[in-house]
Amino acid sequence: MAQPQIVMYEEEFNQIQSVCEKLVRDANAIVVFIVDKNGQLIATAGEYENLDTTSLASLTAGNIAATGGMAKVLKENEFATQFHEGEHQNVHIQIVGQRVILVVIFDERSSLGLVRLRVRKANQALNTIFEKLIEKANDPNLSSPLEEITDDDIDNLFND
Amino acid sequence: MSFINYSSREINCKIVYYGPGLCGKTTNLQYVYNRTNPDAKGKMISLATETERTLFFDFLPLSLGEIRGFKTRFHLYTVPGQVFYDASRKLILKGVDGVVFVADSQIERMEANIESVENLRDNLAEQGYDLDKLPYVIQYNKRDLPNVADLNELRSVLNTTNVPDFEAIATKGNGVFDTLKATAKLVLTELKKGG
Repeated sequence: MAQPQIVMYEEEFNQIQSVCEKLVRDANAIVVFIVDKNGQLIATAGEYENLDTTSLASLTAGNIAATGGMAKVLKENEFATQFHEGEHQNVHIQIVGQRVILVVIFDERSSLGLVRLRVRKANQALNTIFEKLIEKANDPNLSSPLEEITDDDIDNLFND
Repeated sequence: MSFINYSSREINCKIVYYGPGLCGKTTNLQYVYNRTNPDAKGKMISLATETERTLFFDFLPLSLGEIRGFKTRFHLYTVPGQVFYDASRKLILKGVDGVVFVADSQIERMEANIESVENLRDNLAEQGYDLDKLPYVIQYNKRDLPNVADLNELRSVLNTTNVPDFEAIATKGNGVFDTLKATAKLVLTELKKGG
């Protein structure tokens, strides 16, 4: 496999979740979410009940992938920050630790300056958490939850 | 690259539908979308041109049920088949857990099929994957058309490694779920093996 799979544990998930919730408050944002570069949603905070976060996650990852492709053509390492300005809502996108994407959706109750400032802080906190998470996931002593799955379990999933 | 979340008890996997232009990748996803219970699916996203040719990707999130308390979620993607969209195809293969190759059975598309399989192999290799080591399923689509190649011929050219393969008529749904199920099963089996 080209990359190790991502494993999320309760402890780190809670830490990531609190960073997101703090960012919603500090940046006066509507929604904050974190997506991995393959489009898997990791955490969400704020008013996301009426939002299709799965679609947003996949499109964000696609967007970052396309921008990364542009960076490569221009011989840049990456474009770590993006900003989309809408009529009512704006989106700030930040790559964290070259691995995950931090997305902040905000409206006129906040400003790009404030969001940028708070994202910088959150970025540092998230970096530390994700580094720890990767270390933990690489620990050979840790067993996978999937080891116990039997062929029958898999077959049962497909019984109509 | 799968994503296992202990906190929400979810396993997320990514399956990519690959193949030459107009072979029926998007049709496969549309059929799955139309025939899946609303609780088990999310919105299908198609980033397409005005003439409905895939520009970047189609995306369909799907839940398959639970295994030992873990919800299994599959993200299905298609790539744009047209030759000049190669940069986009490479991006979509990132983090892939399983590949479906949709072949166009028509005799005149044989060359396009071969070119696309070779392109798949090259693009995967560029990302550090080996097609022979990935969960991989082949679908021979458009079996209802009059000018299709013989199944054995298609097999001998496109399925040299003897992976699971299915005949299909994606517009009518024949073979669509068989293909998907076989791929999902291979992905989960691989996850179990690889830990």
